[in-house]
Amino acid sequence: MRSGKLILALTTLAMSASVVTSAVAQAKEQFIPVLSYRTGPYAPNGTPWANGFVDYLKLVNARGGINGVKLSFEECETGYDTARSVECYERLKSKGMSFVQPLSTGATFAITEKAPIDKIPVVTVGYGRSESADGSVFKWNFPVAGTYWVAADAILQAIANKEGGFDKLKGKRIALVYHDSPFGKEPIPLMQERAAMHGFNLQMLPVTAPGVEQKATWLQVRQSRPDYVVLWGWGVMNSTSIKEAQATGYPREKMYGVWWAGAEPDVKDVADGAKGYNAVTMQHGAEPNSKLAKDVLAMVHGKGQGTGPKDEVGQVLYMRGAMSAMIGLEGIRAAQERFGKGKVMSGEQVRWGLENLNLTQPKLDALGFAGVMRPISTSCTDHMGSAWARIHTWDGKQWKFTSDWLQADEQIIKPLVKTTAAKYAIEKKLTPRTPADCQS
Amino acid sequence: MFYRENGQFKTNYRDDQQIFPILQDRIAIGLLLAVAFVAVPMLASDYFFRAILIPFVIMSLAALGVNILVGYCGQISLGSGAFMAVGAYGAYNIFVRLPGMPLIPALILGGLCATAFGILFGLPSLRVKGLYLAVATLAAQFFSDWMFLRIKWFTLDTPSGSVSVSNLQVFGMPIESAVSRYLLCLTLLLVIGVMAKNLVRSAIGREWMAIRDMDVAAAVIGIRPMYAKLSAFAVSSFIIGVAGGLWAFVYLGAWEPAAFSVDQSFRLLFMVIIGGLGSIMGSFFGAAFIVVLPIALNQFLPFFAGLFGIEISTAGVSHAELMIFGGLIVWFLIVEPHGLAKLWSMGKQKLRLWPFPH
Repeated sequence: MRSGKLILALTTLAMSASVVTSAVAQAKEQFIPVLSYRTGPYAPNGTPWANGFVDYLKLVNARGGINGVKLSFEECETGYDTARSVECYERLKSKGMSFVQPLSTGATFAITEKAPIDKIPVVTVGYGRSESADGSVFKWNFPVAGTYWVAADAILQAIANKEGGFDKLKGKRIALVYHDSPFGKEPIPLMQERAAMHGFNLQMLPVTAPGVEQKATWLQVRQSRPDYVVLWGWGVMNSTSIKEAQATGYPREKMYGVWWAGAEPDVKDVADGAKGYNAVTMQHGAEPNSKLAKDVLAMVHGKGQGTGPKDEVGQVLYMRGAMSAMIGLEGIRAAQERFGKGKVMSGEQVRWGLENLNLTQPKLDALGFAGVMRPISTSCTDHMGSAWARIHTWDGKQWKFTSDWLQADEQIIKPLVKTTAAKYAIEKKLTPRTPADCQS
Repeated sequence: MFYRENGQFKTNYRDDQQIFPILQDRIAIGLLLAVAFVAVPMLASDYFFRAILIPFVIMSLAALGVNILVGYCGQISLGSGAFMAVGAYGAYNIFVRLPGMPLIPALILGGLCATAFGILFGLPSLRVKGLYLAVATLAAQFFSDWMFLRIKWFTLDTPSGSVSVSNLQVFGMPIESAVSRYLLCLTLLLVIGVMAKNLVRSAIGREWMAIRDMDVAAAVIGIRPMYAKLSAFAVSSFIIGVAGGLWAFVYLGAWEPAAFSVDQSFRLLFMVIIGGLGSIMGSFFGAAFIVVLPIALNQFLPFFAGLFGIEISTAGVSHAELMIFGGLIVWFLIVEPHGLAKLWSMGKQKLRLWPFPH
């Protein structure tokens, strides 16, 4: 009976009264939301990222904040689920977000639609939509330091280097074992472009999320015997892939993973069995000797404030989380340069800051990233800022860099970004940004 | 004292057969609608709309559909997520491929796509019952997962498989703000809810309940099982499909096939179990519970644990949520199989005697 609706409304209102109404952020604190996942099939990889992110925020606070402005942050569990990520975003929005980092390509797609209306920049360091590097269409998206097309291109360059040149790839077979989700499908346009250019055979092998069942996929790999396997997984899919590769006897030296499939949680269980497995890195790898790791151990873990275990500091995903936090915070710092040092920045101001990032090597070294990162410089049209990557290989005990710096081929990526972004603009009926808008 | 039927005599069949024969009920419903349509939009915050009210309204609609199938017709279905997906993607394709198609007809046509899908996957119900039917409908769920991942046509051949809608409008009014979205969902819920209530009070509703109680006896007295079961699947899938379209268009905005996974099916089933099988009102209770509980726990548990000096992480809250859900399902199935709705109707019974218990 519909009279139940009254009781229902009252019940809901009563329950929401227990929902602590968001306290207005103190005037002097910059709020950073942390959308993370510590449960679910992606938790083994999401947890170190979140720990690195939060530890970096604590480190900055320990150093006195950004020009005196301290950071406040709150974690929200998303479980890599888009609907929960959107709910976290909506809940934390009321606290005045500086930026949002969804850590999930699926959630990035959803939040991209909401962010321009809410005026909150979406920072997706090393994930998200590859075409969002085009700042003239995606005003509020910042895939700083690398997108999936950069990763795919770097992997193909590494493979080409191994073979002796792109022309040697003709007739070879490269299999893409990917997570069947927006994240996994991201590299496909670029890989198809390269396959058409150089004449290699691209075999697509999707793995149903979350990727625990891969026996059929690897049987196909055994049958078709590709020359190389590119692994595009996340969470438990990665370790399962390597175990299956070992079971079917596919040489791990011929496997190249994306930067989300090349970290300690993926290979720790298999250890020696994963020896020779390569992965592309987004500038940084495992950096236990970096100044940043030492600072965190001294100033955060040393004071008992560390999030997560000590031996995680310096690991691949930990560094990625710290790097993601650093990029966001440097955006805030850049915004403060223009809009007032020592003041709390709004989402719009942080967006300007992220669009005018100029992280020179001296600046990065001062932050603790010497030898870890290369300079990043974003602009109105280029929200990516840098297209450098390296390959690192697991030697049974740790990740070691096995290649020089590779730069993704702009000649191929830029046109692809432009056409895909243009398609998005037409679909959403967006007006292109004016030069005046770029200055604001 | 307040909730008595004294002096309310019906003088014609029409009055006797109305949904709310008791005057107090009619007043209560009038007040509730006034609160829902007028007071809430004026008072609630943006977060409250986007995170609590809108999902609650859409999930109540979906739970209504599931209740018709599982509660009224007794056909256990674990494929509700698939029906939502078909409704959502059907509405999306119609909305995007046919230029100028307005929003509400697109949603309704999406619902009709879900109806066709539901009838197709409801065919096993003519041969199997209970647990085996649950497994057969689970096949529908996995089939829909596969269909929207592999068949690119449904996602307009986007490389990522993720689709989005924007610039929604109804009769020229844009559906952008939280209030407009809430009112759109509430209106659709009201219309479909009234239709559902009338359906279950009518001959076909009684056929469904007869099939649920004892399908062999129902067949003996002349109810055609095929017609009854498939009509239950059809009506239920339509409602769930429209709810799926609303969930995708209004709540998510941009979604991928994983948004309608088997977790969604389980959530809907839990909603009707906790809310009350075979009761329209139970769908609302269940939906409110499942939508609000995670958020309430998220806010309340750290505070509660803090009183004891324990720090609880976000992972801990997430795990606690699962444990509490599981515990509640078991508790409800044992102690009160008819769910919260039964507690509510017991409350009303006591209210009739109040303040003179005997």
